[in-house]
Amino acid sequence: MEIEKQMQTDIIDFTLTTSLGQGKSANLAKLQSGESGLSPCAFEGATSLQTWTGEVHAVNDVTMPDHLKAFDCRNNRLALLGLEQDSFMDRVAAAAREFGPHRVGVIMGTSTSGIQQTELAYQTSLDPETHGIASLPDWYRYRETHNVHSISHFVRSALGLEGYTLTISTACSSSAKVFASAARALASGACDAVVVGGVDSLCLTTLFGFNSLQLTSPEVCRPCDVDRAGISIGEAAGFALLTRQSDNAIATLAGYGESADAHHMSSPHPEGKGAYLAMRSALQRAQLAPSDISYLNLHGTGTKSNDYAECTAISNLFGKTVPCSSTKGFTGHTLGACGIVESSVCLFALQHQFLPLNLNLQNLDPDIDANIVVKSDASSIEYAMTNSFGFGGNNSSLIFRLAA
Amino acid sequence: MKVHIDAITAYTPGLDDWTSLKAIVNGEAAFVPGEDERYQPEMLPRNERRRATSLIRLAFRLAEGIRADSSIDLTQAASVFASSGGDYDVIDAICTALTTEEKFVSPTLFHNSVHNSAAGYWGIASGSHQCSTSISAFDDSFVMGLIEATTYCTVEAQPTLLVAYDIAVPEPLLEKRNISIPFGIALLLQPVASDHTIATLELEFAPEVETDTVVVTPSLQPLVVKNPIARALPLLEAIARKQDRIVNYAGESAIRVEIAH
Repeated sequence: MEIEKQMQTDIIDFTLTTSLGQGKSANLAKLQSGESGLSPCAFEGATSLQTWTGEVHAVNDVTMPDHLKAFDCRNNRLALLGLEQDSFMDRVAAAAREFGPHRVGVIMGTSTSGIQQTELAYQTSLDPETHGIASLPDWYRYRETHNVHSISHFVRSALGLEGYTLTISTACSSSAKVFASAARALASGACDAVVVGGVDSLCLTTLFGFNSLQLTSPEVCRPCDVDRAGISIGEAAGFALLTRQSDNAIATLAGYGESADAHHMSSPHPEGKGAYLAMRSALQRAQLAPSDISYLNLHGTGTKSNDYAECTAISNLFGKTVPCSSTKGFTGHTLGACGIVESSVCLFALQHQFLPLNLNLQNLDPDIDANIVVKSDASSIEYAMTNSFGFGGNNSSLIFRLAA
Repeated sequence: MKVHIDAITAYTPGLDDWTSLKAIVNGEAAFVPGEDERYQPEMLPRNERRRATSLIRLAFRLAEGIRADSSIDLTQAASVFASSGGDYDVIDAICTALTTEEKFVSPTLFHNSVHNSAAGYWGIASGSHQCSTSISAFDDSFVMGLIEATTYCTVEAQPTLLVAYDIAVPEPLLEKRNISIPFGIALLLQPVASDHTIATLELEFAPEVETDTVVVTPSLQPLVVKNPIARALPLLEAIARKQDRIVNYAGESAIRVEIAH
């Protein structure tokens, strides 16, 4: 399909760091060998919860350099760890030299950013007698850590960029929507290159919050399984460098679709109506038929409602042919970072021509009428799609192909 | 990028809506800070209305104001919700709950903590399936919201609702994030002009711009430092006065906005 060259959004490079490991090779190796990064929750302050998590232990060894010390928090340390992999920073520096640092934008996604700093600030400031807080500690910096925009501000500072900077925070669709926003920013001429991505890290807010919604599984998550019991929260940092059509591209964003469920804040539309609309919109923009998609990475969180609703929508749009898998059994649900993580999985599938496994599946739910990947085989993949759906019924669907 | 404003509104306690803003800007009345009246969102189902937070009430006051004045069915409009920090009250409640032994964060409190809570409730209330995004650029949230909405409107050629809002920050967070009053604006942008067009905006990136255009109305000037969304005021003033002029916004994405009537 010919996409008008000035409207085409290309991917120059990408990187990701998850509980599977740091950088592309580590993540690809485990995706191909079928090894999960999830383990029983050992996160400080949350060990009372019966749940599994995808923790990135290496974050604990990251030291924030002096010039970025103001941003110090778990989320930004994870971001730094992620940026340092795969020579990604060099790639961005080259784009900044080519276009000028004020012409390279940053559009990041996150759900909780550095909220852990506020959790800690409240804990340490609590007066045990009054149970009140008179004031927060001097070390606590709301703007550079907790505020959702801190992730984009941090990434811009770490990369030495000076342009268009924006944070998208739409819960679990955040770091998929960044691709669409960047495509529009490039099309409008606001930027010549955009660093997109997402970072979310473990914190008590999400661990206890999802627990009280009864959405966390007491054992490892099992997307699409008849006995699936909820999500395993993971943390991750992922990034991609986007430009308009480029001879140096590794892949192209063939299409994107965005919709809303208009249904409920924390439950998906039961028949996946919004999901259907997002996927259909992505196909229309890419000028593709459903049968052109060779692999679909599910949002596939492992909750009863999401997996059923999503696969119902897929069945209605695609029939039962397209091979689908959720890779959240590998990485966990990385919340605001799952869009970039699962886009990266699609890019791996395209580059290495294999179908990523739907990990932890023991018995496929008979109500899930989809072609779930149970064996990670080699496969001819031309177009790969990834779905990301967030609280508030915020849906995003992206389609990738290798660069021509 | 050129867009056409179909409907517009603004709010801060003491400034109820667009009619109120026009009166103040055109010298018919001075702005006097008032008390925030607990807005009742008409479009929310009764239970959600009763439990709506201050943030949701502010966003709905603005969006429902647009709905009342709009020439189109808002279910056909995409939306951009821009807030520098979202629901500070909910964040305070969650972090307080996490200091207790049980660390119980109620389900409602948790799903209200997402930055896109207002957008989510708006989708549910309006029934709109259109694309919706929720952004922050800290103190540049109004400017980036305007840019994001304008970009969406022109690239996708679709009517786009912009709602930009911040609530007052409660203690103890207030000393770390100084927002002392609620303030919000909303615009409905159209890709083509119509009989209902109030004003046309042409946005241009202008890296050489170093400072914002100043607010001219004396009684409104103090608002700019009290809430980051009040940076919208110079733009609102020009539209309220039907002035053909240029308004500048500084920042990482400095812009020049040419307003025509």
